Amino acid sequence: MKKLIAAIMAGALLTASFTACSGNSGAASSSQASQPASSAAASSAASLSGSINISGSSALQPLVQAAADEFKKTNSNLSITVNAGGSGTGLQNVSDKTVDIGNSDIFATEKLSADKASALVDHIVCVVGVAAVINPQVNVTNVTKQQLIDIFTGKITNWKSVGGQDQKIVIINRPKSSGTRTLFKQFGLDGKDEVTGTALTEDNSGLLKQNVEQTAGSIAYLAFSYLTDNKVKSLSIDGVAPTYDNVYTGKYNIWGYEHMYTNGEAKDPAKSFLDFIKSSDFEKTITDKGYGLYSKMTVKRDAPAAKS
Amino acid sequence: MRNSKFKKEYLGRTIVTIAGLFIILLTLAIGAFLFYRGSATFTADHHSIAEFLFSADWNPAEQGRGGKVGAAIFFFGSVLISVLALLIATPFSLAAALFMTEISPKLGRKFLQPAVEIFVGIPSVVYGWVGLTILVPFLAKTFHLPYGYSVLAGAIVLAVMIFPTITSVAADAVRSVPQEYREASYGLGSTRWQLIRKAVLPAAMPGILTGVVLGLARAFGEALAVAMVIGKMQAFPKNLLSPTMNLTAELTADMGNTTAGSEWNNALWSMALLLLLISFLFILLIRLIGKMGAEKK
Repeated sequence: MKKLIAAIMAGALLTASFTACSGNSGAASSSQASQPASSAAASSAASLSGSINISGSSALQPLVQAAADEFKKTNSNLSITVNAGGSGTGLQNVSDKTVDIGNSDIFATEKLSADKASALVDHIVCVVGVAAVINPQVNVTNVTKQQLIDIFTGKITNWKSVGGQDQKIVIINRPKSSGTRTLFKQFGLDGKDEVTGTALTEDNSGLLKQNVEQTAGSIAYLAFSYLTDNKVKSLSIDGVAPTYDNVYTGKYNIWGYEHMYTNGEAKDPAKSFLDFIKSSDFEKTITDKGYGLYSKMTVKRDAPAAKS
Repeated sequence: MRNSKFKKEYLGRTIVTIAGLFIILLTLAIGAFLFYRGSATFTADHHSIAEFLFSADWNPAEQGRGGKVGAAIFFFGSVLISVLALLIATPFSLAAALFMTEISPKLGRKFLQPAVEIFVGIPSVVYGWVGLTILVPFLAKTFHLPYGYSVLAGAIVLAVMIFPTITSVAADAVRSVPQEYREASYGLGSTRWQLIRKAVLPAAMPGILTGVVLGLARAFGEALAVAMVIGKMQAFPKNLLSPTMNLTAELTADMGNTTAGSEWNNALWSMALLLLLISFLFILLIRLIGKMGAEKK
C-alpha cells in the first residue's frame, strides 16, 4: 500500500516538474520570437511579420482587437496580442518596455511620474464619450449639471427632487482608479469628490450595465460604446443629449481621448498598425463600435502637467 | 548493472528532493516579494501600521504621496463575512460528516462523498454568478430592499463554498476515531446519539477544528465570488443586509489601474501582505490544534 502511494506521489511530482519545464521553454521561445520582429522592422518589408504586444485600457480593448483582426488579414505573418488589464497596467507596461503599445483612457502624465511620462509618445486614436445612465423605470430624462453633481456628491438622494418619482437614488460607481470614473468626475462633476459610504461599486462596465438594468432607482455612468441598445436610459445634461455630434461640437463635454502610447517613436510593425488605426479606412469600425472620430473634433484638450 | 542501480536508488530521490526544494523556495520567494512590496506603505510612504489597520479613511494618492491608506473597512468586511460564513456552514458540515460516517456510511460513501467532492471542484466564479442572479434579487424581494447586495449574500455564497472543505476534513476525522471507542461506548449501554456526542465528537475534535480553520482560510482568501455579491460599498455595514467591501474585492478592483510605486499601489500590496499574514496565522492555528490533539492521545 505504502509503495503504491509512493509511486503515485512520484508520478504526480514527475508530471508536475515536466509541465513546469515545458512551461519554461515555451516562455523562452516566445521571447526569442520577438527578436526577428525588430530585425524585420529594420528592413521594413512590404508585408509585415513579427509580433506586436499591446495591453491596457479595457474600454479601448474591443476596438484595438477589431483593428488587429482586420490588420492581420493583409499581414498574415504578423501576430498581434491585445490584453486588457486597465490603463494603469498599460502605461506601466509600455514604460517598462514589456509591451510595444500601452492603451490608456487618460493622459500618461495623470498616472506616471513626469520623467517616465516624457519618454512615452502619445497616439490619440479616437475619442470616447461618457454618459450618465439610469434604470429605465426612473422617469427622468434630463438633469442640470448642478443636479448631477448634487446626486453624485450625495446632496440629492431621492428622484423626486429632480422631477422623478418618489424613489431612493442608488449610485453605482466604477472603482476609483477607473479611467471612465476619472473622466466622469473631472468633466461631469467638475472635479467634486463623490460621496463615499452610500454608493455601490462595480469593477466591470458590462456588469455595471446589467446592474443598472436590475436595480430600481439606480444611476451610474458608462462609455458610449456600451450604449448601443436601450437596456439602460442615458440622461441629457442641461438639455444636451449624450451623442457624438454634441461631443464633436463641444456642447457635451464629458469625453476623453483614447490613447495608444509607445515608448519613444513608434517603429514597425507597431508604427504601421497605429497608422492603420488612424487611417480613414478604419473610421467606419470606430463609429460602429461606439467610439468617436478624432478627426471630427472641433475642440481640443491638452495633457495636464505632471504632478511631482 | 550500475546504471539500473543508479536509476533505482538515486533518480527518484533526486527528482523528489529538487521538487520539494523548489516548492520551499517558491513559497519563500513569494513571501519575501510580498513583504518587500507591502512594506513600502510603511517605509517609503511613512504611514503607520495603526493607520493602515484601524483607520477607515481610504483615499490613497495616485501620484506622489499624501493620501490616506486606512484599510479598516476592508479588513472588517473580510473578517465579518468569513466568520458569518463559518457560522452558517459549520453546523451543516458537521451534520453531513456525521451522517456519512456514523449514521449511514453506505449512503454516505456512495452518494454524499462524491457530491461533496464535486462541490469542491466548482469554480468560484460559478458560485458568484449564481449568487448574483438568484440570491441577490431574492434577498432584495424578500426584505423589500432596492438591491440585495449585502454582507448576508456574501456570507451565504461563501458558506456554500467552504461547506465541502469542512465536511470532508471533518468526515476523515470522525472516520479515524478508533473502533474500540465505539465498542466500549456501546458496551457501557449508550445509545447512538450518546456515543456520537460523548465519545466520537470529543475524540475527533482536533480534526474537526482543523477543517473549520481550513474553511476559514479559504473563506478569507476568496475574491471573485464574494466581490460579485457584496455590493462593494466603501462603508462599515450597518446590518447584515447592507453592502460593504472586503480586502480581496478592493485588491481586484484597483490593481490593474494603479501604477507600481504609487502610494495607492503600495497600499494594495500591503493588503496582499496582510492576507498572506492572516493565512499564515491560520496555518499556525491548525498546527497548534493538531499538537493539542496529539498530546491528548
